[in-house]
Amino acid sequence: MQRTIFDADHDAFRDTVRNFLEKSVVPHHEQWEADGIVPRELWLEAGELGLLGFMMPEEYGGGGVNDFRYNAVLQEELTRIGASGVGFALHTDLVSGYLLSYANEEQKQRWLPGFCSGEIITAIAMTEPGAGSDLQGLTTTARLDGDHYVVNGSKTFISNGINADLVIVVVKTDVSAGAAGTSLLVVERGMEGFDRGRNLDKIGLKAQDTAELFFNDVRVPKENLLGQEGQGFIYLMEKLPQERLTLGVVAAAACRTVIDMTVEYVKERQAFGRPISTFQNTRFTLAELETEQRIAQVWVDRCITELNAGTLTIDDAAAGKWWTTELQKKTVDACLQLHGGYGYMTEYPIAKAYLDTRIQTIYGGTTEIMKEIVGRTMGL
Amino acid sequence: MSISTWSPERQALKEAAAEFTRREIQPHLDDWEDAGELPRDLHRAAAKQGLLGVGYPEEAGGQGGDLLDGCAMQEGFMEAGASGGLMASLFTHGIALPHLIAHGSTDLVDRYARPTLAGELIGSLAVTEPGGGSDVAGITTRAVRDGDHFVINGSKTFITSGVRADFVTTAVRTGEAGHGGLSLIVVDKDTPGFTVTRPLRKMGWHASDTAELSYVDVRVPAGNLIGAENQAFYYIAEQFVVERIFLALMGYGHAKRALTLAAQYCRERETFGKPLNRNQVVRAKLVEMHRQVEVARTYTLDVATRHVAGESVIAEACLAKQTAVETAVDVTNEAVQLFGGAGYMHGTEVERHYRDARLLPIGGGATEVLTDLAARLLGYSA
Repeated sequence: MQRTIFDADHDAFRDTVRNFLEKSVVPHHEQWEADGIVPRELWLEAGELGLLGFMMPEEYGGGGVNDFRYNAVLQEELTRIGASGVGFALHTDLVSGYLLSYANEEQKQRWLPGFCSGEIITAIAMTEPGAGSDLQGLTTTARLDGDHYVVNGSKTFISNGINADLVIVVVKTDVSAGAAGTSLLVVERGMEGFDRGRNLDKIGLKAQDTAELFFNDVRVPKENLLGQEGQGFIYLMEKLPQERLTLGVVAAAACRTVIDMTVEYVKERQAFGRPISTFQNTRFTLAELETEQRIAQVWVDRCITELNAGTLTIDDAAAGKWWTTELQKKTVDACLQLHGGYGYMTEYPIAKAYLDTRIQTIYGGTTEIMKEIVGRTMGL
Repeated sequence: MSISTWSPERQALKEAAAEFTRREIQPHLDDWEDAGELPRDLHRAAAKQGLLGVGYPEEAGGQGGDLLDGCAMQEGFMEAGASGGLMASLFTHGIALPHLIAHGSTDLVDRYARPTLAGELIGSLAVTEPGGGSDVAGITTRAVRDGDHFVINGSKTFITSGVRADFVTTAVRTGEAGHGGLSLIVVDKDTPGFTVTRPLRKMGWHASDTAELSYVDVRVPAGNLIGAENQAFYYIAEQFVVERIFLALMGYGHAKRALTLAAQYCRERETFGKPLNRNQVVRAKLVEMHRQVEVARTYTLDVATRHVAGESVIAEACLAKQTAVETAVDVTNEAVQLFGGAGYMHGTEVERHYRDARLLPIGGGATEVLTDLAARLLGYSA
């Protein structure tokens, strides 16, 4: 089924992205996996090509095109080559939305040029050691003291956590007010008392830096408050659908990639004297996966259109997130099985895809939380 | 008495294995997983403890006992948190020695089986080839008779303990094409022309060294042939039943351990102001995991018992393996999910079981291949 959401400009952007990735990412990604991190220079290079700030207004050095189809193209191309360590999505798909919607003029002038050029790498810190998907249970506090907030607490599993220069931290500015006491505060590299823990070792996403962040009496100027005090929870609810859609975009693209790779493999691989593509089991397995990928892609593309129109609902985003990421897990598992023993060897892309995939049904809200959301909107 | 209740002797053996795992293995396991192999001292320690030779005849240097003793022991290791790679590498003789003990000469038993069961030698079994996978009858590595030697040429891959092995029980083609022309020959590590091409990096089983092996004009004394020439397919097939039963045990072993860890975590971990297991769906997940483990364990032990009683259970072993390894994959997956973000982090034990479990539907016969085999044996083939 032909995809219909893209026009010639998106196709041209895709070519630019693809050329850049082939030249600057593919030859190095294995080394970055060993290093556990992607070098900052890659961000500068991407910034130069306009890949990081295309959604930002031109007056801040951006491309002036806030169209999520470009975000989708970037993620699809990263997924196609298995570049799971390049954390652009946090920057272009998550943090961008918060800065565009809630940063004031002065903040935009301070941060957006660096955001677009790649000089300022960003992250967002929600999860805490004691609270995963439970945003109302956060304990990191920001107490107003004169013209500063004093921040105390810790965050964990923060993607881009080592590289990040600017971190949007979800804090409690009023511990007695529940969700209404939540605010978003920007903490910057170099602030006293802001420390990073070790780069966490994970099942997959080996080249992605993921860290614990510690805040010990960090004095953050009031000017770094994003939007209004006490509105943080509402902002999160507004922007989480976009984050979840990104994960769906990646899921559909990952299914596409591993199916294509497996179709090639089963045609070449011989067992019992014939290509394994000639076994009925192989055909049925791949036919099912192909069918479901097409359905997932249609759903994701429709959500992209809805997001651009400002009509993507929280429950549609949640439904798409859990269904496409569970499908991704199932698809990668079945494709690995068709690779046999080679599928278990980490030098094969399918093995890496399997390990990278496992986080998809956990981060951005677990499958269980997504089902809670959908259930609630059904009045249950 | 239920098939899944151990006799007091077997229960004691299981507990001895668990105790050995807690004392000698757990403190070092992360290091061995990182190093990619086990130290030789561990083999000696396990032998000294009387664990290496369980299920092997005393005439061959074993402890005696049968398959069910081995099953009880393996449960002890797995329930105490051993890794898949550790079990595979510490007990590689479980696939390297049985044909040798059953069909090999006294000389071969003395030279290879005894020292291996004493923890002094490490053996491995080389069947799979780069182009072959689960297709044993398609083996192309050739051994040609030349006077009182065989000359071997070919290559093998995915060979467990292949990097450390002192000897390799190698499946070779000595006769016609197909399953009737295969033989097993013991190859010493330092025989000229035999090389470990490279260690392989895997998704899991990190504590187990896995190798690609190359044979170029490797001259092996004819006395290293196990049993009769061209009979190896039957020797291998006979042992596959036991290997599959052990892989099934490993499967539900991973699952049971992951369930224990997840259940504990769900009791302690609070989200939204209450322990995780206060959620109905969480409890249902844990019960489903428990159900799968119980079914896999009961069926596997039933098949093992029938095998010991002399019944032919080739098809049943395939089905038991499938049941238990699917349990392993499902249950370890759910355990990671219940641990949330922590489940994705290296160092969380369920993460290791998740990676280890994924090999099981592939290694020792891919599920698809075993299902086709079972279809023939059960009369469902055209």
